[in-house]
Amino acid sequence: MSFLIKNFEQLVKIVPTLTYQRNGDENNLIVSHDKLILALNVLKLHVGYQYKMLTCISGVDFLGKDYRFSVVYDLLSLTFNSRLRVKVFINEITPVPSCIEVFINANWWEREVWDLYGVYFDKHTDLRRILSDYGFEGHPMRKDFPLSGFVEFRFDESKKRIVGEPIELTQEFRAFTFEKPW
Amino acid sequence: MILKKKELSRELKNFTINFGPQHPAAHGVLRLILELDGEVVERADPHIGLLHRGTEKLIEYKTYIQALPYFDRLDYVSMMCQEHTYSMAVEKIGGIQIPRRAQVIRVIFAEITRILNHLLAVGCHAMDVGAMTPFMWAFEEREKLVEFYERVSGSRMHAAYIRPGGVSADLPLGLLDDLHIFINQFNVRIDEIEELLTGNRIWKERLVDIGVVSSKKAVDWGFSGVMLRGSGIPWDLRKTQPYEVYSEIDFSIPVGSSGDCFDRYLIRIEEMRQSLNILEQAIELIKEGPIKSTNYKLNPPSRSEMKISMEAVIHHFKLYTEGIVLPFGETYTATEAPKGEFGVYLISNNTERPYRCKIKAPGFGHLQALNEMSKGHMIADVVTIIGTQDIVFGEVDR
Repeated sequence: MSFLIKNFEQLVKIVPTLTYQRNGDENNLIVSHDKLILALNVLKLHVGYQYKMLTCISGVDFLGKDYRFSVVYDLLSLTFNSRLRVKVFINEITPVPSCIEVFINANWWEREVWDLYGVYFDKHTDLRRILSDYGFEGHPMRKDFPLSGFVEFRFDESKKRIVGEPIELTQEFRAFTFEKPW
Repeated sequence: MILKKKELSRELKNFTINFGPQHPAAHGVLRLILELDGEVVERADPHIGLLHRGTEKLIEYKTYIQALPYFDRLDYVSMMCQEHTYSMAVEKIGGIQIPRRAQVIRVIFAEITRILNHLLAVGCHAMDVGAMTPFMWAFEEREKLVEFYERVSGSRMHAAYIRPGGVSADLPLGLLDDLHIFINQFNVRIDEIEELLTGNRIWKERLVDIGVVSSKKAVDWGFSGVMLRGSGIPWDLRKTQPYEVYSEIDFSIPVGSSGDCFDRYLIRIEEMRQSLNILEQAIELIKEGPIKSTNYKLNPPSRSEMKISMEAVIHHFKLYTEGIVLPFGETYTATEAPKGEFGVYLISNNTERPYRCKIKAPGFGHLQALNEMSKGHMIADVVTIIGTQDIVFGEVDR
C-alpha cells in the first residue's frame, strides 16, 4: 500500500487532474469532463497503477450547486490491491464522454446514471433506460423528483388493462425535516 | 412458368423470442430478448428493472437506522452480508470501533449467510439443469440455517441483525452448541450433494465448457466473487482487504482453472466447506464481552440502564426520534458477499439521513456479460449461464 501512496504524488503529474483529495484511506481524483477518457486510459494502462477494473459508476445530484451532477467512477487495481475514485462534476446540459472504449462494463452503469439522473453520455452506443419502466418520464433519483412520483397505476376493469393516472395522495407527503429542538 | 434459380433460395431470418419475465429458470423477473439462429443464441439482450423498487431513493428519505432493513431486501438470499456492508460504511464515516465479540458474531453470520446463498445457488442451478433432488436436500439444510437467523433476530429472512455499532442482540444460550452440531453434520450433506452432481455425466455435459470466461475478460467485465475466481484470479476481499476478524482466521480461497460453469460450481461447493472451517474457528475465537459499541450517540443504552439514568433515557429518545447524525464524509466500502463484491457508496452531510447511498450489486455487473457469455451457445445453455451467475433480482434491480 505504501508503494502506491508515494506514487499518488506522481499520479497528479501524469493524469490531467483538477484536484487530488485524500480522506482516510480513500483516494479521490477530480477530473474535468473533457479529460476523463485520457485520465481513465492512463490509470488503466500505466504499469505503475493498473486500475484495470471498473467497480461501478454512480451519479450524485448536488441540487443548487453550479455543477449540479457528479459522476463517480470507482476503480480497482487487482495488481496493487488499491481503490481509486475518479470524479467528474458537470452541469445539467454538459454531456460526459462515455468510457465504454476503456471499460466495456461501463455500458450498463452509464445507462443507469442516464436513467436515474439524466446525465447524457456522449458516444454511448446503447443509451436506453435500464431500471425504470418502459415509457417512464423523468429522472427519478434527482433531488427535485418527489419520492411519490407523478403517476400511479391500477388495473382498469372496463379496459382490461393497466392504466396510469396522475397520482392523488390522500395526505400530503411529510418529510419530517423540522428544525432540531435541541 | 419458368423458375429462376435465385427465387428458389429462401432467405432465413433469425428468430427472436422472449424469455421471461415469468419463466421459472429466469430466477425471478428477468426478461431476455434472445435472437436465435436455429437453436443457437446469436444475441441476448437482458431487460432488467422489473423489480425496481427505488431502494436508493427511499434510503435518502430515511434515517441511517431505518435504511438498514432495505439491505436485507436487496439480495434476499444473502441478507446479513449486505447489512454488514452498510453497517461498515456507516461505521467508517462515523469513525466507530465495534467490540470484538460483535466482530466475531458478524463473521459467524456472514459465513452462515454464505452457506445459505451457495446452497440456493447450487440447488437452483441443479434444478434448472434438470436435477431435482439436490434442490430438496439444499433446502432442508437452509431450513436449519434460517433457524439460526430466527433464534438470533426473530426473523427467518429479513433479520436486520447486524447494525451500525455492532449487532442488535447477543447470541441466545446454546446457539453456538447447535451451530457446532450443524457444522459436523453439514459436511456429510455436502458430500451427498457432490456425490449426486460432481461425477454425474449429465451434469458435466451441461456445465463443462459452457459460459467460458477468460481471466482477462473477467477483469474487463468487472466481475467479482465466484465469477472472478472461477476464471483463475485469486481475489477474495476477505483475504486481500480483510475486515473484522478475517485476518486471524486460516482459510483458503478455491480458484478455478478453465473459467466454465463447472469450475464455478466446484468453487461454490468448496467455499461452503471453507465457510464451515471459518465457522469452527470463529466459535473458538468468541469471548464474553459487549456486543455493541457503548457510544450512546449511536447505539441505544440498555433497558436496565434506562431505569436508573436520566441521561440514558435522553439518548434513547434522541436515537429513536432523530437518529444517528453522521458528519460530512463519503466512503466506498465493500465486502465479500456470497455473490461477489457488494459495495456501498455512502455520502453523508451532517444530518441524520444519508445524502446518497449507491448500492453496487455484484449481480448487475455479471448479468451485463450474459450476452457475451451465451453467444454461440444453445438456448438451453442460457439457463445454465443464468444459474451459474447466481442472479437474484432484488439486488440487480434495486
